[in-house]
Amino acid sequence: MLRLFRKILKTGIVTERVKRPGDDELERLGIEIKRHIDKRFSGSIAIREVDAGSCNGCELEIHALNNPYYDIERFGIHFVASPRHADVLLVTGPVSRHMQTALLRTYTATPDPKWVIAVGDCAVCGGEFGVSYASCGAVANVIPVDVTIPGCPPTPLALIKGLLGLIKK
Amino acid sequence: MKADWATDFLNQLSADISVAQHNAPPNAVWQIESRHWQRFAELACRQQLRWAAGWAEQLAGEFLVNTCFEKQGVYIVLRTIIGGAKPELPSQATVYPAANRSERHTQDMFGIRFSGHPDNRKWTRHQAWPRHSYPLRKDFPVQGEPQDITPPDMDYPFIKAHGAGVYEIPVGPVHAGIIEPGHFRFQAVGELILNLEERLGYVHKGIEKIAEGRTPEALARLAGRISGDTTVGHCWAACRAMEQAAEISIPPRAAVIRGILAERERIANHLGDIGAICNDVAFVFAQMQFTRLREQWLRNNANVFGHRLLMDRIIPGGVACDVSENDCIVIKQEITRLRKELSEVITALDLNSSLEDRLYTAGFLAPEIAAAFSALGYVGRASGQRFDVRKNAPYAPYDRVKVRVPLETQGDIASRFWVRDKEINASLHLIEDLIDQLADGALVTEWRAPKADSEGLGIVEGWRGEIVSFIRFDGDNKIARFYPRDPSMLNWPVLEKLVLNNIVPDFPVCNKSLNGSYSGNDL
Repeated sequence: MLRLFRKILKTGIVTERVKRPGDDELERLGIEIKRHIDKRFSGSIAIREVDAGSCNGCELEIHALNNPYYDIERFGIHFVASPRHADVLLVTGPVSRHMQTALLRTYTATPDPKWVIAVGDCAVCGGEFGVSYASCGAVANVIPVDVTIPGCPPTPLALIKGLLGLIKK
Repeated sequence: MKADWATDFLNQLSADISVAQHNAPPNAVWQIESRHWQRFAELACRQQLRWAAGWAEQLAGEFLVNTCFEKQGVYIVLRTIIGGAKPELPSQATVYPAANRSERHTQDMFGIRFSGHPDNRKWTRHQAWPRHSYPLRKDFPVQGEPQDITPPDMDYPFIKAHGAGVYEIPVGPVHAGIIEPGHFRFQAVGELILNLEERLGYVHKGIEKIAEGRTPEALARLAGRISGDTTVGHCWAACRAMEQAAEISIPPRAAVIRGILAERERIANHLGDIGAICNDVAFVFAQMQFTRLREQWLRNNANVFGHRLLMDRIIPGGVACDVSENDCIVIKQEITRLRKELSEVITALDLNSSLEDRLYTAGFLAPEIAAAFSALGYVGRASGQRFDVRKNAPYAPYDRVKVRVPLETQGDIASRFWVRDKEINASLHLIEDLIDQLADGALVTEWRAPKADSEGLGIVEGWRGEIVSFIRFDGDNKIARFYPRDPSMLNWPVLEKLVLNNIVPDFPVCNKSLNGSYSGNDL
């Protein structure tokens, strides 16, 4: 047990300051709804992540948001286990046709007001998979999307900047 | 010497089955008549050949069906041709349980019926394409004829359990965590799991179909997105297959860099998994430490190789990134640091009795079951299955360095934990050895369009285990057929076995200790 505490003390706090994105950067991220969220959520959002067909690359980087370097919860952003507890759906992947109904149901289960963020190139525009007999392509082809965060996969920093744009610090 | 079993086996077969050999080195192709398909499997099983992969392709009006077997590091491809009108073949799944889902996939995608199959339910097929139509047939358009909204697949006949106090838990496809979608159906009494059935296929993205007609570069990009955590592994396997078809060999420097990339991918994933296994028994200290170490590792990936997950670093003919002398110093320093960190963290975990209490004996996979299902990678190696492509069928650069393959025999979650720990150490040594092997030279061999109909079989040891990638080219440097077999395809079925008699709350940690790829399985 002592070893454990020694390691914790020795590791210290590695969490890094994240520079808030400038206005031009925010615009590039396509976030016009920022002020709505400021008003309704007082700076805190609950996110339900939905993999609608991704290769799992985006999930790895979304996971990284919870590591001690990024510690996304300090910004009032936390991940929840049910869409019924969520303000925001963070959707990855091209939407596979086999996941289409599940995504629609998840969207319906999320209480209003709600926002959808499409994460990763596949979610934004279909990416490497596009539209086919098996894939609906971009998330916007299935449910309304408010914000997009491109990248293959987007880095944790790109994700944070995209998410931070949603809430007032 | 090694291939002796093949000669003996062929002699033995000659009494029973006539085999036409096409020797397209390095992989022998044995062609037999379709009526002997199952009989061959029986004889192969008796000879202890391991079932490695199965796939089909449509050529003109006929279907080519293939099974890849392995023994003592020698691979053979068994092939048969069946007519296009009413394609049917005796099932090998009766002999090899590992062939079960693969044959169902082929049945769903090609409409080839496997007679005598022990489980003829659909697998990859949900409701996205109509009955009696088969996406991988050449007359099926890549766009298909999808409905506006694909209905959910409601009528899958799960196995039922009846009796006092027996209940059913359906889970998924959308899970509670940040993970991929799939469905699990539990039958339980109290906390005890009586039975588990997996229903996958939710992230089927038509990878095999959209691969057709691609250029080699575009196929490598697609292969790198079969499973995001195995981007190096799949990309390497696909490129090996394409290079084999094009009859080109990559420069030695490129091979060494590929090796470094693959070992870095293995370490990154094992770091993540060890933390996540502990997190699933609420031991957050380990999760925080290991996600921290993983993040440092990924940042160095970005600094040295230009991408955190190493996507698109491997290209047909070589690699798209170089390693400078300074990079080598950075990597070696990083390895020293990681070793020191691990010695502290792993020791703290090893001495923690509450962690021990949750991981030892839980999720037991017997060595016989692991062997029968051809379990691969750390799952197989935690249950006594030592096979590792790098060691048993070495390819460049592993033919020039010493590959240590750790083995555990206890078969529980703790074994899968310790195999990962040992593999991290082995891979750290490998990276050091590979850096010492780096000689000046080119990074890419110039691409040469392969002859029409040429094929290649790329087999590499991904971080989850053996990856088998089949590629056929058409006449103008385009892909005619691509089939990647992720190790998850063989490891998923053993999850159904290893959770038996565990408690429902231990399912997440059982699942994490196996960590199958949904995307790699569903294609």
